[in-house]
Amino acid sequence: MRPVVRLAGIGKSYTTGTEALRGVDLDIAQGEFLSLVGPSGCGKSTILRLIAGLGEPTVGSIDWPTTTVDASGRPERSLGFVFQEPTLMPWATVAANVALPLTLKRQPRSAVRPLVLDALAMVGLADFADAYPRALSGGMKMRVSIARALVTRPRVLLMDEPFAALDEITRLKLNDDLLALWRDLGFTAVFVTHSVYESVYLSTRVVVMAPRPGRITADLTIAGPEVRDDVFRTSPTYNEECRRVSAALKEAMAA
Amino acid sequence: MTLSRDTVTAILAPLLVAVLLIGGWEVAVTVWRINPFILPPPSAIWRALGTDFDLLASSLGLTLAVTVSAFALAAVGGALLAILFVSARWVELALLPYAIVLQVTPVVAIAPLLIIWVKDPFTAMLVLAWIVAFFPVVSNATLGLRSTDHNLLNLFQLYGASRWQQLWLLRIPNALPYYLAGLKISGGLSLIGAVVAEFVAGSGGVASGLAYRILEAGYRLQIPRMFAALFLISSAGIVIYLLLSLISHLMLRRWHESAVAREN
Repeated sequence: MRPVVRLAGIGKSYTTGTEALRGVDLDIAQGEFLSLVGPSGCGKSTILRLIAGLGEPTVGSIDWPTTTVDASGRPERSLGFVFQEPTLMPWATVAANVALPLTLKRQPRSAVRPLVLDALAMVGLADFADAYPRALSGGMKMRVSIARALVTRPRVLLMDEPFAALDEITRLKLNDDLLALWRDLGFTAVFVTHSVYESVYLSTRVVVMAPRPGRITADLTIAGPEVRDDVFRTSPTYNEECRRVSAALKEAMAA
Repeated sequence: MTLSRDTVTAILAPLLVAVLLIGGWEVAVTVWRINPFILPPPSAIWRALGTDFDLLASSLGLTLAVTVSAFALAAVGGALLAILFVSARWVELALLPYAIVLQVTPVVAIAPLLIIWVKDPFTAMLVLAWIVAFFPVVSNATLGLRSTDHNLLNLFQLYGASRWQQLWLLRIPNALPYYLAGLKISGGLSLIGAVVAEFVAGSGGVASGLAYRILEAGYRLQIPRMFAALFLISSAGIVIYLLLSLISHLMLRRWHESAVAREN
């Protein structure tokens, strides 16, 4: 099967001379939950930004083999992006924030509202449409951010350490809710994290990266049940997979 | 409606200070028999305000006309200039030095020249007041337009936002608190600019704003009228500030930290 996104021979250098990525080949398959794990400076966020089109690779190519091309000749990258911070507009209501991708595409107001309410219901915030972001907790803001990314029903959801700033309890809950959305909506997820445990719990595949220059050192398929819950989290399989990813990460740091 | 203790204090405390000051002033002038040409008692100023009301009110009208026009031009022009600055870097590089030159040149120093160059005294005073008032608006609005969250800019780029959408939906709302803070400074400066301009223009004998009344009353030794005019200028300044604070509060109270009501 053709991948959704194909990265071939990607290198990225900045004008300062820093080499963020070198020789990155990565095929992202339709419907998988892929985590990028690695120490700071390994370029995992850079990969995400390149896939999103926020910047161009210095060498190599990024293709969307299964995607049609739009009028201007660029691939129609159907994607959503969730940043490490909720990145909401404080002057706009929750509904207006979630509506942003549709507003920017100049969709009529009447068509936008039901889609927004639907997206908010998916993240459990149906009652907060008219609230302002400042009234929400950190976890709720992140839910709004996820609703905004999903409101266009993207084929690919890119997430850059979205839960890193949240407390443990909120993070575990959001992990479960994210997995439920992934199963229901069938998008392809690319998830950047520095947590081995989080990556194993969420992913069908974990890609381990090493820094200076950023490169891929291991590509592991994660064995796990279709539906993941506390039973999986305490299972020997989970422990074994965590051990494998940790070992790969240790190797990456030593390399 | 019950007023909170803070609100009551906020109203009563300054009022008490005013009563003490004015009362003390009145008593001091009477007890020490201070010459009214040097310092008239508040009661005499109050009487002058009453007897000269028509004259002073029409002067206040002129001063306010200059102030409000200069402020409006500063508010609109400052916003447009700031938008131009962030849209095209070269415009900022080209114009900012001159904006700073205008800002740092004392307005009293250029006023006589402008009065000569510009035939119409109203226009001359307007230009002078505007020169004083517009810089805080430009500089605050530019800062606000520039300090947009980097991730939000990326998000707009990701969804293919046009420059116009980026400006209208992201940069301008983000700049609003900065812009309003600039307006608050600029409101008071417009009045100061108008009064300073009048002092210069008035000495040419062409205008009859409040500043001119102060000069005129000084020459005629009508000291209570001088104070009455001064009182009107200060009152106008306070009203301008309060109005702008109210507008700012109403526009920001839903979302900005500076304006939202807090429980703790």
